[in-house]
Amino acid sequence: MRPLKLYDKAFLRPMLEEMVLIRRFEEKAGQMYGLKKIGGFCHLYNGQEAVCSGAARAMIRGTDILLTGYRDHGHALALGIEPNRIMAELYGKATGVSKGKGGSMHMFDYEKGMWGGNGIVGGQIPLATGSAFAQKYKKTGGATVCYFGDGAIHQGAFHEAMNLAALWKLPVVFICENNQYGMGTAVGRASSVQDLYVKGQAYGIPSKMVDGMDVIAVYEEVKAAMELARTQNQPSFLEIKTYRYKGHSMSDPAKYRTKEETEAYLQQDPILLLKKRMEEAGFLTDEEYKEIDKKAKEIVAQAVDFAENSPEPNDDEIYAGLYA
Amino acid sequence: MAIITLREALRQALDEEMARDPNVVIMGEEVAQYDGAYKVTKGLLDKYGPDRVLDTPITELGFTGLGVGAAFGGIRPVVEWMTIQFGLLAIDQLINNATKYRYMSGGQFQVPLVIRGPNGPAEYLSSQHSQSFASYFVHVPGFKVVAPTTPYDAKGLLKSAIRDNNPVIFLESEMTYGHKGEVPEEEYLIPFGSADIKRPGKDVTIISFSKPVLMCLEAAEALAKEGIDAEVVDLRSLRPLDHETIYASVRKTNHCIVVDEAWPQCSVGSWVQSVIQKDCFDDLDAPVELVAGEDVPMPYNHRLELAVQPTVAKISSAVKRALYRS
Repeated sequence: MRPLKLYDKAFLRPMLEEMVLIRRFEEKAGQMYGLKKIGGFCHLYNGQEAVCSGAARAMIRGTDILLTGYRDHGHALALGIEPNRIMAELYGKATGVSKGKGGSMHMFDYEKGMWGGNGIVGGQIPLATGSAFAQKYKKTGGATVCYFGDGAIHQGAFHEAMNLAALWKLPVVFICENNQYGMGTAVGRASSVQDLYVKGQAYGIPSKMVDGMDVIAVYEEVKAAMELARTQNQPSFLEIKTYRYKGHSMSDPAKYRTKEETEAYLQQDPILLLKKRMEEAGFLTDEEYKEIDKKAKEIVAQAVDFAENSPEPNDDEIYAGLYA
Repeated sequence: MAIITLREALRQALDEEMARDPNVVIMGEEVAQYDGAYKVTKGLLDKYGPDRVLDTPITELGFTGLGVGAAFGGIRPVVEWMTIQFGLLAIDQLINNATKYRYMSGGQFQVPLVIRGPNGPAEYLSSQHSQSFASYFVHVPGFKVVAPTTPYDAKGLLKSAIRDNNPVIFLESEMTYGHKGEVPEEEYLIPFGSADIKRPGKDVTIISFSKPVLMCLEAAEALAKEGIDAEVVDLRSLRPLDHETIYASVRKTNHCIVVDEAWPQCSVGSWVQSVIQKDCFDDLDAPVELVAGEDVPMPYNHRLELAVQPTVAKISSAVKRALYRS
């Protein structure tokens, strides 16, 4: 665990609030899915909150760009996109971030740097090199963060993009959120090597493994990598080890792993760890935490109300937004 | 008016658009130091430098996806595929990203991207390098697809493609890079969705695009000697399709054939055939015949490879059948 002592309450508290909000948001999304308010594929982020929340604090809002896969609700929340509009998107409503045309896998807010939300495993990785190419070419001073899962790392898209990023010196940070399962297949059954970060070394890209349950470690490593990208156009690769508590998607009961395994990970829950350490450092009382949790539940309840009461898209939306 | 090759017309279009807009960049295999596999990008590296003319590794998925992402960020990439055949490796990035991000984000993204390269059969290349894949792209909403035949059309359409804010698939033909034609000195653009009547006629309409248009024109000249006055419509733009020009011609001649060098099933030609038969049913005096490539992979042997493609003789025979003169 990285020491907390470099950080003050003003930095830590909003991060904890955000992680709790993401957890409560995903729990509610799961409930609403059960009630058939949300349909299709829905991949929940419970357990992985430290990754997107730590990394988001290393990003410059409005300048840096984020692309990810289909498990994207947390990333959207961490970029400051309103929970109301994310929930409305899950409901397929006109007020959703993507006007109800994207759904769970396609959360977009172009101006805020949320460039999706991609439903094809690894499909976003070449796009991220392109985003970084544009940032470098236009000298925006920004960099791109590209998330993908451990399942995506064997796709050609990953390897082709890593090579191009290194060859053309593009300001991009590749983050593999290794939650240890590509759908129902454990990493060891899909990868010829156990440590995925070594794959970055093949392209001469600085590569590291990071503890994804320690939000401070995530923040510090992504911050360093973003600095390299911004100042030297040096791409980096971080394998961030994490764990998802839920199945791959709503239809997955996760029978391929044991209760003991999941229980063991719950003991190192990223939210509980941060809470405990903030309490030890005198930054948080149990009372304050209860207040944070209560507030998160209220925000999520409001998001559900907003989504419930929002209109469906009109039929004239069918052909809208196809061509520029 | 200057007479130049189609290759030179494409080069001029790239040059003019790069001079006009600093966000236009070219990337692809051998486009820079080698001057392009077909020399379309000749001299552009020297003129615009390595930041704007970029040689890529042989990774079509990677550099095409990079082009799509760069287009999201306001760059206007012109991505060259050494052949459209290699594009199959990259097609996921186009179909799932280039044509989807605008729609599935509720209209937030623009994708000013051009993909260009040779499509369709050349010579002696056997099965993997002689396929016409126009329908792969024309099938997908979100693309614009053009396939010029003449240097004049190639230049005007490529300039429009580069200025378009949507992903454009620009289909060329290896066999016609040396084809010559008149191109004016002054600047011009050709809008998408506009077919061109390459030869006016009153007896029968021959509709085609890309390289086979040249065969259609040759067939029309031969037919003229037999007293058949054929109108040759060059589609130029496959998506959007110029229904008006097609229908006006068919309504005038009442007889029509379609020529497409692709395989017949679910091809651009079969689609054009179907819309004419649906929308001009009462105007037709004969069924619309499709002269297509034979439904087999391309054989290497020259006699066989010519036998499986549309030919002047096959086009002439189809016209005569349509006119009940065979």
